Amino acid sequence: MLKQTEGSHAVAEAVALCRPEVICAYPISPQTHIVEGLGEMVKGGEVENCEFINVESEFAAMSVAIGSSATGARTYTATASQGILFMAEAVYNASGLGLPIVMTVANRAIGAPINIWNDHTDALSQRDSGWIQLFAETNQEALDLHIQAFKLAEEVSLPVMVCMDGFILTHAYERVDVPTQEQVDAFLPPYEPRQVLDPKEPVSIGAMVGPEAFSEVRYLAHAKQMQALELIPKLAEEFKTVFGRESGGLTRSYLTDDAETIVVAMGSVLGTIKDTVDEMRAAGEKIGVLGITSYRPFPIDSVRAALQNAQRVVVLEKSLAVGIGGILSTDVRMAMSGLQLRGHTVVAGLGGRAITRKSLRALFAKAARGELEHLTFLDLDWNVVNKQLERERTTRRSGPAAESMLRDVGVIAARIG
Amino acid sequence: MSFQPLHFYQTGTFTVGNRLLAEEDRTVQAEIGRTNSLNSGHRACQGCGEALGARFAIDAAMNAARGRLIAANATGCLEVFSTPYPETSWQIPWIHSLFGNTAAVATGIAAAIKVKKQKGEMGDVRVVAQGGDGGTTDIGFGCLSGMFERNDDVLYICYDNGGYMNTGVQRSSATPPAARTATTMPVGPEPGNAFGQGKFLPAIAMAHEIPYVATATVAGLHDLEYKVTKAMGMRGARYIHILVPCPLGWGAASQDTIKLARLAKETGIFPVFEAERGEVTGVLKIRRQQPVEEYLKLQKRYAHLFGKTPAVETIARLQAAADKNIRKYGLLDQEAN
Amino acid sequence: MDKPFAITLDPGSSLANHTGSWRTSRPVYVDRLPPCNKQCPAGEDIQGWLFHAESGNYESAWRHLTKDNPFPAIMGRVCYHSCEGACNRGQIDEPVGINSVERFLGDEALKRGWKLTAPTAESGKHVLIVGAGPSGMSAAYHLRRLGHRVTVHEAGPLLGGMMRFGIPKYRLPRDVLEAEMQRVVELGVHVQLNSKVENILDTMQDGKFDAAFLAVGAHIGKRATIPAGDAAKIIDAISLLRSMEGEDQPMLGRRVVVYGGGNTAIDVARTAKRMGAEPLIVYRRTREKMPAHDFEVEEALQEGIMVKWLSTIKQADESSLTIEKMALDSKGFPQPTGEFETIEADSLVLALGQDVDLGLLEGVPGLQVSDGVVQVGSNMMTGHPGIFAGGDMVPAERNVTVGIGHGKAAAKHIDAWLRSEEYVAPVKHDTAAFENLNTWYYTDAPKTVRPMLDIIRRQSTFDEVQGGLDESTALFEARRCLSCGNCFECDNCYGVCPDNAVIKLGPGKRFQFNYDYCKGCGMCVAECPCGAIKMEAEEI
Ligand SMILES: Cc1cc2nc3c(=O)[nH]c(=O)nc-3n(C[C@H](O)[C@H](O)[C@H](O)COP(=O)(O)OP(=O)(O)OC[C@H]3O[C@@H](n4cnc5c(N)ncnc54)[C@H](O)[C@@H]3O)c2cc1C
Ligand SMILES: Cc1ncc(C[n+]2csc(CCOP(=O)(O)OP(=O)(O)O)c2C)c(N)n1
Ligand code: SF4
Ligand code: SF4
Ligand code: SF4
Ligand SMILES: [Mg+2]
Repeated sequence: MLKQTEGSHAVAEAVALCRPEVICAYPISPQTHIVEGLGEMVKGGEVENCEFINVESEFAAMSVAIGSSATGARTYTATASQGILFMAEAVYNASGLGLPIVMTVANRAIGAPINIWNDHTDALSQRDSGWIQLFAETNQEALDLHIQAFKLAEEVSLPVMVCMDGFILTHAYERVDVPTQEQVDAFLPPYEPRQVLDPKEPVSIGAMVGPEAFSEVRYLAHAKQMQALELIPKLAEEFKTVFGRESGGLTRSYLTDDAETIVVAMGSVLGTIKDTVDEMRAAGEKIGVLGITSYRPFPIDSVRAALQNAQRVVVLEKSLAVGIGGILSTDVRMAMSGLQLRGHTVVAGLGGRAITRKSLRALFAKAARGELEHLTFLDLDWNVVNKQLERERTTRRSGPAAESMLRDVGVIAARIG
Repeated sequence: MSFQPLHFYQTGTFTVGNRLLAEEDRTVQAEIGRTNSLNSGHRACQGCGEALGARFAIDAAMNAARGRLIAANATGCLEVFSTPYPETSWQIPWIHSLFGNTAAVATGIAAAIKVKKQKGEMGDVRVVAQGGDGGTTDIGFGCLSGMFERNDDVLYICYDNGGYMNTGVQRSSATPPAARTATTMPVGPEPGNAFGQGKFLPAIAMAHEIPYVATATVAGLHDLEYKVTKAMGMRGARYIHILVPCPLGWGAASQDTIKLARLAKETGIFPVFEAERGEVTGVLKIRRQQPVEEYLKLQKRYAHLFGKTPAVETIARLQAAADKNIRKYGLLDQEAN
Repeated sequence: MDKPFAITLDPGSSLANHTGSWRTSRPVYVDRLPPCNKQCPAGEDIQGWLFHAESGNYESAWRHLTKDNPFPAIMGRVCYHSCEGACNRGQIDEPVGINSVERFLGDEALKRGWKLTAPTAESGKHVLIVGAGPSGMSAAYHLRRLGHRVTVHEAGPLLGGMMRFGIPKYRLPRDVLEAEMQRVVELGVHVQLNSKVENILDTMQDGKFDAAFLAVGAHIGKRATIPAGDAAKIIDAISLLRSMEGEDQPMLGRRVVVYGGGNTAIDVARTAKRMGAEPLIVYRRTREKMPAHDFEVEEALQEGIMVKWLSTIKQADESSLTIEKMALDSKGFPQPTGEFETIEADSLVLALGQDVDLGLLEGVPGLQVSDGVVQVGSNMMTGHPGIFAGGDMVPAERNVTVGIGHGKAAAKHIDAWLRSEEYVAPVKHDTAAFENLNTWYYTDAPKTVRPMLDIIRRQSTFDEVQGGLDESTALFEARRCLSCGNCFECDNCYGVCPDNAVIKLGPGKRFQFNYDYCKGCGMCVAECPCGAIKMEAEEI
């Protein structure tokens, strides 16, 4: 059924259709609307046989999820930003124990300085946690990916994060096609756990493992993600047959076949990039886009296949590996290894900074001219930065950088939440 | 009403069983067919009070739940000595997740059970969470308090051995004053752990007004089983705090574990009581009162109090604390037996 | 379940880890000798029969008891129960009332008609027993149980020896005595009453006996040289008491003075009281020095018997006695003071001890007598091979229990001797000392007081003074036993082992250690209430 709705609500409806059994919630912007929606649906009886638990922290949220998932319940939670860091220990634990929890990450920057707006630093901080991480481009895809996520998680016994850009997607009202219960039921069978806490067949879950077997356990986690690599495209196919839509998969190429320049990115920014590409194509520029849906497992082969005929690759990412540059680009470069390609890293949209078509166009043009540097910070206000650097060079007690710069850019107070 | 010792004149309810006691007055531990939830082959130190307390409590809970029990376990000695790959000593469904999240994990288990029960996919399975004092009173406190406050259907059992034993005997907020630990060494002007710090979690649990809070020791098996059984008969958040001497951390002889627990109770250092919805409803009276020295001197963690010049003032402060418990909980009784 | 590798494990799999290898010392179950058992002159396994009594299984208790002593109803009345003095419970509150439970069992047996176990096979040997006192009858019982033919020669008209002719019936009712004696006879013991043995060797030869056990007691009253007027009425205690059993009771008059400080003196005085006299005991020393048991003195005083301490009798006349006051010297011996006093007395009874009549032993080669008693070896045999002796006639404390113990010991040695073997007693276990116990586990329970006859009837009749326990009080008293040194199946070791290394074998079967897992912490040892486990160094 087509409806005009908020991204968060679309996701809430998708989760509800997946017949979750335990949902735990702790508020943090911009994830709040999702769990609020679910809370209401559970309380109002729209979602049957489900426990909605208001926990006291994200750490508890993930821990409750661990408990319920280990007891065979389909379990869901959502978080963002500081929340994912607060639950980090449990995030690793959930994947280590092989529990198919599904979690929405409404991507948001990580402080300090505290910032509620979108970038991908939060999800990417958990890059090595062992979770599968899927990035949605649109609200429709966010909705669809949640349905696929449960099936994927349960088939490989690994937890899945569905990442969607905070505010940009979560708070956007768009038209989405909400599937019927019958469709979802046809796609997603009831959860059949690989291991479960059950008095009928007692097991001890969570043993202490020493050097004699630890590497093997870690390797098996890796192997499971490799299995997921195979499974994700299959599920997308299956999804298409049931729902009649393309959604998910590992990567999505847009006009890459003959492209000399390929832009690689994740999430909602792909829309803006595609628009820019369309404009540039119209101007005769051979440029294309590669969207990464599955960040973990990282689809090295399909990325490589998409890129191999290009001359240059621009990885535009909403994240920063402080001290080196890109996070996504590191992985893309690994996929490019051996290919004769120029690689560029562009850090953009941090903390909600708008990524405009105008800036992108200039950026891609520069790349096409072969003038783009190795690492670029899109639309960086060099004036402010240089002033602060100067201040710090000259004064020992230069004060807090963020506040000083805010003063420099003329913002008196920032709304934070 | 609190646990009432039976007036059976040979050993009463002081021994584990006694062939002469009526079957129903014997403990779960006296049964040939007891669960042995924590089986032989575990790697706890010789005479470990925690290993003992865990079997006492979980066997009783298993008995009360007619075998349908799931346990969540915090990181700590109990977890480490019971489940090193490739062997586990647990005979019941058991999960270890992290050090500080056990209460929450248990909440999740309880929630899953509730749903599965509604759906007719599972019978009435009960949930126990367990951890050491560190995992309970310190790092796991947030999750525990949350579980209490929501009144989740979980029985949480804390095995209090007064310190972070698994990591080499460091101080926790349950470490008693004056005790030596690796982080409260007996040096400086106030040797050992400081006075006036620490927390008594049972009282904090009571402040949540949860259905049931109780303390127990490994020296009072009938009382311990009575409390676990009673707790298992209730729904909602329940908390039992069991004193479990640790030969290694306390510097005590391995055969003195139960004796120390007994002395902790008999001196008043550890009050044994139960409370419902925040009100004390029963205490286990002191039977043969002893001065605190009797308890302290068996433990090397207090050895600095008994040097060439005994630390009489410190001992007096510890005695005063015990006396305060005795007054506060009414631990002495004229016809104690 | 297709479980995740390493992090998920099968239940109870730690059984593969044998922690027993950590051990440097191991617990072992032991049976220690309880102090009561150790003390009992008759060698009763007191803790053993109390164990059965504790569960209310009185017949088993009685059978266990009578393996050592066939006379519990008698013992439960006249034994001085030194076992209770040794009882570890005495250090907690009061000793277990062993003697009262024993009496309960004895009475219960008589009431229910339980019979002693007859021998299963006959040995063909024939043993002579001289004297049907406790020692002789004990030997008869044990020898008969061992399958030997036994013939008892008794000079008197009835069975029981001094228990019949000495101990007054208000302490030992005659029906009880007779019943327990007869029960031994019923085992096939041949008794010849009124048949005094004049010469032991002759009798043995005539009857073709293979061995003999002598237990003739000590029946000759000692006499003091007291200057006495012709009319003075002086009798000895034993004769007096003996005549109490006959038809004509002796004429003692109203004012009876009893001279002596032993149990016999007390019994005579109390007997006189019951006959309507006003007895006065005259004794050389103080109450503390009196050889009579304190409880007997106490009972006598309760009954209104007067005692004159620190006094000797210097002269006896028709109706008066002259008394000299004594004073204790620095060593505690009484010394004359030269102060005299005259008291009125219709008769004087001498209770100054007894000598043994050794007439039947004249001319027996090898026999040794010193201090008026026959010397025996540790095997109870006299210097003459095949002739054994026990009870009051040999050097030992003179009481019923010692006599019974002698009878039992002699029977075992005679049995071996008849087979030309030597009886070697099994090695005794270490004593269960108070220090071996963990008394925390026992409930506080004061001793049960036995009912006493009311004082008026005690002063005027020969009814039994001390009552027995009833079923519930006997059970209570039995359960006060700490079971020192012997497992009483309290399940503590089974319960307190942190490693489940104790296997419970089931009711009556006790426990076993599982050394595969026992780490040797010693907790089971420390928490065993009764000290039935000990730690032994592991041989490494
Ligand atoms: C008044 C009194 C009160 C006592 N009270 C107690 C008491 O309360 N508790 C206690 O434990 N002890 C008591 N005793 C001591 C106790 O009675 C004796 O120690 C005990 O009876 C000794 O037993 P026996 O078998 O050695 O000899 P006895 O009991 O003296 O029996 C010897 C038997 O041998 C017979 N006999 C002797 N010579 C011959 C012979 N030549 N041929 C055949 N038969 C012969 C005698 O007639 C007699 O029946 C008391 C003693 C007296 C005198
Ligand atoms: C988050 C975290 N911090 C610290 C540790 C290290 N750690 C493991 S067990 C333990 C001590 C456990 O103490 P306690 O809970 O009292 O249990 P005990 O070992 O004394 O039984 C510590 C500090 C950990 N595993 N996880
Ligand atoms: S350190 Fe203490 S708590 Fe840990 S196993 Fe040893 S005795 Fe038990
Ligand atoms: S502890 Fe109890 S059961 Fe074990 S040996 Fe001692 S008495 Fe017997
Ligand atoms: S308590 Fe258990 S481990 Fe300790 S010594 Fe006894 S049997 Fe061995
Ligand atoms: Mg601890």
